[in-house]
Amino acid sequence: MTKFLTPATKMGLSISIATGLYGISFGALSIAAGLNLWQTVALSALMFTGGSQFAFIGVISGGGAGPAAFSAASLLGVRNAVYGMQIKQTLRPRGVEVPWMAQVTIDESTAVSLGQVQSSEKRRGFITTGLGVYILWNLFTLVGALLGERMGDPAVWGLDGAAVAAFIGLLWPRLTSVQPAMIAVAAAIVTALAVPLTAAGLPILITALCAALYAVMTVRKKPRATEHSKLERVNEDRP
Amino acid sequence: MSELSWWVLAACLTAYVIKLCGYFVPRKVLDSPLMTHVASTLTVALLASLVTVNAFTSGQELVLDARIGALAAAIIALIFKAPYLVVVLAGALAAVLLRATGLAA
Repeated sequence: MTKFLTPATKMGLSISIATGLYGISFGALSIAAGLNLWQTVALSALMFTGGSQFAFIGVISGGGAGPAAFSAASLLGVRNAVYGMQIKQTLRPRGVEVPWMAQVTIDESTAVSLGQVQSSEKRRGFITTGLGVYILWNLFTLVGALLGERMGDPAVWGLDGAAVAAFIGLLWPRLTSVQPAMIAVAAAIVTALAVPLTAAGLPILITALCAALYAVMTVRKKPRATEHSKLERVNEDRP
Repeated sequence: MSELSWWVLAACLTAYVIKLCGYFVPRKVLDSPLMTHVASTLTVALLASLVTVNAFTSGQELVLDARIGALAAAIIALIFKAPYLVVVLAGALAAVLLRATGLAA
C-alpha cells in the first residue's frame, strides 16, 4: 500500500474524483440536449474526452446537426494526438499497451503525468488518472443521464454555469504569460464575431483555423532567426 | 439506429483514431517546434472559444445572462487557487443564486 499511495497516485485519485463527479453534469446536459441514454453512455465510454463530448452535445443543443457536432468534437480532440506524442516520448509504452493507453490519453492523465519528475511516478500518475477518470466519468455519466431525465431544464441546477466554469477552469492554468492570454482573448473575440454569422458549431472551427494559421505563421520566424543564421555564419568561417 | 446515433459512433471512432495517431508519430517529428507551437496555440484558442460559446451564446445569438456570473465566480475561485471541483461548483452556485434572486435570467 505504501507503494500505491505515492504523490502521483494521490494526485491522480483526487483529480479522478473531481473530474468523475462532473460526469453527472455531462450526463444530465446530454439528455437535456436531446440525446438518448445510449448515445450519452456511448460518448463517455467510447469518445471519452470531456471537451469533445461537451462540444458534441453543445452543438446539438444549440440546434446544430450531426455533421457539425461531429466536426466540432473531432477538432477539439486533436489535442489528444499531441498528448499521445508527449506520453509516447516520456513513458515509452510497449506496443501492447498502446491501445488502452491511447483511450485514456486526455487532459487530466497527461497533465498529471507531465507534472511528475521521476519516470516511475510519471507512469503511475498517467495510469491512476487515466483509469480513475475513465471509471468514475462513465459511472457518473450514467447517474447524470438517469437523473437528468427528471432534472428537466439544466439551467435550474446551474449546470450551464458549471459548464462555463469547467472550461475556464481548464483554460486558466494555460494562461501563464501574456502570449497565451492574448491568444485566448483573440479566440474569444473571433468566436463572438462568428456566432451571429454562422451555424452552431462553426464558430469553434473558424476560431481553430485562425489559431492554427497564426501558429504556423509565427513559428516560421523562430528557426530562421536562430538556427539558420548560425549555420550561415559557420559556413562563412569555412574556406 | 437514428442518424444522430451514427454521428455519435463516427465521432467516437474518430476520437479514438486521433488519440492513437499521437502514438504512431515518429519521435523525430515530435520534437518539431512547429508541432508543439501549433498544438499549444490551438489548445488555448479552442478552450477560450468554448468558454465564449458556453458563457455568452444561445443558438446564434450573443446573450448576457446568469452565466456571466458563473464565469466571474469561477475566475475568482481560480485566482484563489481553488481545486477544480470547487471552481465548477462555484460556477453552478453563482448561476443558481443569480436566477433565484432574480438578478439575472
